[in-house]
Amino acid sequence: MIQLKVNGSSKQFSGDPEMPLLWYLRDQLKMKGTKFGCGMGLCGACTVHVDGKPARSCQTSMKAAEGKTILTIEGLYAKGKQEHPVQKAWKQCAVPQCGYCQSGQIMQAAALLKDKPKPNDKDIDDAMQGNICRCGTYQRIRQAIKLAAGVQA
Amino acid sequence: MNRVEHVSRRGFLSQVFSAGSFILGAKLLPLDAVAATTVPSWQPGVFVGLSPSGIVTIVAHRSEMGTGVRTVLPMVIADEMEADWKRVKVEQAIGDAKYGSQNTDGSCSIRDFYDAIRQAGASAKLMLERSAAEQWKVPASECRASNHEVIHTSGKKLGYGALVALAAKQPVPKIEELTFKKESEYRYIGKDVPMIDLNDLVSGKGTFGMDAEVPGMVFASIERSPVYGGKYKSHDDTEARKVAGVTDIVVIPDFKPPHMFQALGGVAVIADSTWAAMQGRKKLKVQWEASPHASFDSDSYKKELSDKARLPQKVVRNVGDVDAEFGRAAKTIDAQYYVPHLSHAPMEPPAAVAEFKDGKVTAWTATQNPQAVQDAVSAALGIDKKDVICNVTLLGGGFGRKSKPDYVCEAAILSKKLGKPVKVAWSREEDIQFDYYHAVASMYMKAAVDGKGKPTAWLHRSVFPTIGSTFDPSAKYGQEFEMGMGWVDLPHDIPNHRAENGPADNHVRVGWMRAVANIYHAFAIHSFMDELAASAGRDPVEYLLDVLGKDRKVLIKPEGMAYWNNTMTQDKYPVDTARLRRVIELAAEKSGWANYKPSKGKALGIAAHRSFLTYVATVVEVEVDDRGQLKIPRVVFAVDAGKIMHPDRVKSQFEGASVFGTSIALHGEITAKNGRVQQSNYHNYQVARMNDAPYQTDVHIVKSDAPPAGVGEPGVPTVAPAICNAIFRATGKRIRELPIKKQLVNY
Ligand code: FES
Ligand code: FES
Repeated sequence: MIQLKVNGSSKQFSGDPEMPLLWYLRDQLKMKGTKFGCGMGLCGACTVHVDGKPARSCQTSMKAAEGKTILTIEGLYAKGKQEHPVQKAWKQCAVPQCGYCQSGQIMQAAALLKDKPKPNDKDIDDAMQGNICRCGTYQRIRQAIKLAAGVQA
Repeated sequence: MNRVEHVSRRGFLSQVFSAGSFILGAKLLPLDAVAATTVPSWQPGVFVGLSPSGIVTIVAHRSEMGTGVRTVLPMVIADEMEADWKRVKVEQAIGDAKYGSQNTDGSCSIRDFYDAIRQAGASAKLMLERSAAEQWKVPASECRASNHEVIHTSGKKLGYGALVALAAKQPVPKIEELTFKKESEYRYIGKDVPMIDLNDLVSGKGTFGMDAEVPGMVFASIERSPVYGGKYKSHDDTEARKVAGVTDIVVIPDFKPPHMFQALGGVAVIADSTWAAMQGRKKLKVQWEASPHASFDSDSYKKELSDKARLPQKVVRNVGDVDAEFGRAAKTIDAQYYVPHLSHAPMEPPAAVAEFKDGKVTAWTATQNPQAVQDAVSAALGIDKKDVICNVTLLGGGFGRKSKPDYVCEAAILSKKLGKPVKVAWSREEDIQFDYYHAVASMYMKAAVDGKGKPTAWLHRSVFPTIGSTFDPSAKYGQEFEMGMGWVDLPHDIPNHRAENGPADNHVRVGWMRAVANIYHAFAIHSFMDELAASAGRDPVEYLLDVLGKDRKVLIKPEGMAYWNNTMTQDKYPVDTARLRRVIELAAEKSGWANYKPSKGKALGIAAHRSFLTYVATVVEVEVDDRGQLKIPRVVFAVDAGKIMHPDRVKSQFEGASVFGTSIALHGEITAKNGRVQQSNYHNYQVARMNDAPYQTDVHIVKSDAPPAGVGEPGVPTVAPAICNAIFRATGKRIRELPIKKQLVNY
């Protein structure tokens, strides 16, 4: 039996320990905010926080999630809670087009700002280049990160 | 005649509008067609309703894949209707021929529906004003609608909700009676209203096709023939069935040519979760018959196409006498260009849930074209089209891939066999290996030039497999729409001009991808134009304007076919060189072209192109370092798309096109060996990322009163040639084949 915490609540899992966390979140917990884009750690659509660090849930097996604290997009902006500054900036910059990549982008950006509250362009490139946006919203993602961080665009 | 009429709350409308609502529908055909009595069954397609509680409901009949169309069309209605946007609810339409075309493709949503939606809004507004006048027993001229209420000159007011019953009895006004708002009166049009889905999209709440779920549904993962046309022979599922969670193995019959939007066929592993289905499929062993396409090899195919492009082919446009001029001219220049097969690779791979029950199919899917889902699924299952109910989710990108519903057919076929709802979610590998690829093209260009380097004759040969093969496997030449996409309509002032199209066989499925045939035509034309400028030693902007000639509307007359012009008349949407000139000048001005000092490895490049009735000029700045690393600090677009509804979403489409075009220029290439596509995921089919996408894209919109034109696609074609033209000026290296990939190493 694998124990883990997802968005603050304790969960138990008894299925295939090799199953990626992504499919546990989506198929079992029905938390569909975390997206599938490649299944190979190449696109970042499935990004969540594992013990506070950004991780690709398609590359994180349930076995590896044992005892870990998971935060997903649903937990970043939970009901009754304040909107996360990254989400707020995202709205202000009207970042999303189709929106499919944006959960992953937002989780990645939120982790970046926790790590580096005042990122420069290089920090942003380094942190965000693993997250593909096929609609091409990179410019606004950069703007929104800077807005949330309060650094000059 | 007004296109607008009362509609009653029947059939599907009863689920959208509440009881007692006042509902108007607007017809979508052009007015002359509406007037003609030859369209007896023509019904309204745009619907707006007002409930007694004062809520306005507008049906969004187009698919949302990131353009904002689901917000913008209703927003225009609301504005003309003087409805308060906060009290407007948008309902997504299911697939239904009633709506007219729902195929969200071809950059035409605003263009095609603008008149109808304005008239719907303005009619509703006038009817509400008249209702209030009736209630108050005052002349209607004393009543004015404003922000969800009608106000009398005396100051008394009635909310929209209170007027529902009377409005429902008002005759629909004649079109001459309608007044449309002036620009200064707009509340929402031109004002960058936030997308209705914005909150959902930043909090993981939007429902995409990949997220659709119905009770009792099972998950399928499908093995398909790795070679197009390879038929199913046999399979061994012993190991697959041992995987925990796997419940069934189902053979999906092979498609029968033409492939159209049919399921390709294959063997499906059915399981109780996505993961189990995927694991089971890894253990499945399938034998395929040999396919006639098993020898397909991209290298030899490229050579075949390129050889053909060097020989005379079918003439598709002919002005003057190109050969005579070539014979006479003191100088001729030629070059050959190539663009490979490309994959759409939308962030959300194709996905659908379908449930077959009591002879009917209900589908929930990310589709650009729910009526094509109805057609394809009804054909696959032999049921009536009206028995296919297609619910449209949000689309995680489309780019043309999701106008082809083969994946929905798969889900429907499986559901019928299994008697339960089935979810088919493609992996990225399936997406890239079984796409309807953007067609490869080889293009040969030749020009005769005068003393100033200006072309006096221009020959453009293009050889590419046609999308027509989707519907007719024997089709080998381009279709009108492929020729009409920025090729046979080149408006430049060149006295002798010939276009020729050579035949090409098809060995994979090809299909529309964002900007379609414009991609390769624009790459060849605008690269070659730049080569001519360079050979003449002239400034590319000055040269382009010179070759464009004096301002005029060019009547396009291709050989042996009609000019496609995005299905619009040249009367309403002429090919206007003045508008092309204006965007070139604007892009040059905004990019600081005249004063820009190129240095080693650093320069600007330009390309200007008309597509989807929109005029676009793009200036790109590149920086190439000593090792051939390319950076794109800046892209400047100047855009004339006619009337604009939502400037911010127009800008975002061009920002996106800047990145999409960069992906094509830098990375995009699908190749096949022994009939199999060699790429499989984002590591070997790369797309632009944060660190190699243009750092900044500026979009300058020409203010225009011309009828609305396209926005979603026309930003794409200019990007690759402008990048390559900039690279030439920065490095002296001319890129004639895409993608650039490693071509700049040690330039
Ligand atoms: S789905 Fe996990 S990185 Fe792409
Ligand atoms: S917004 Fe569509 S993939 Fe990023």
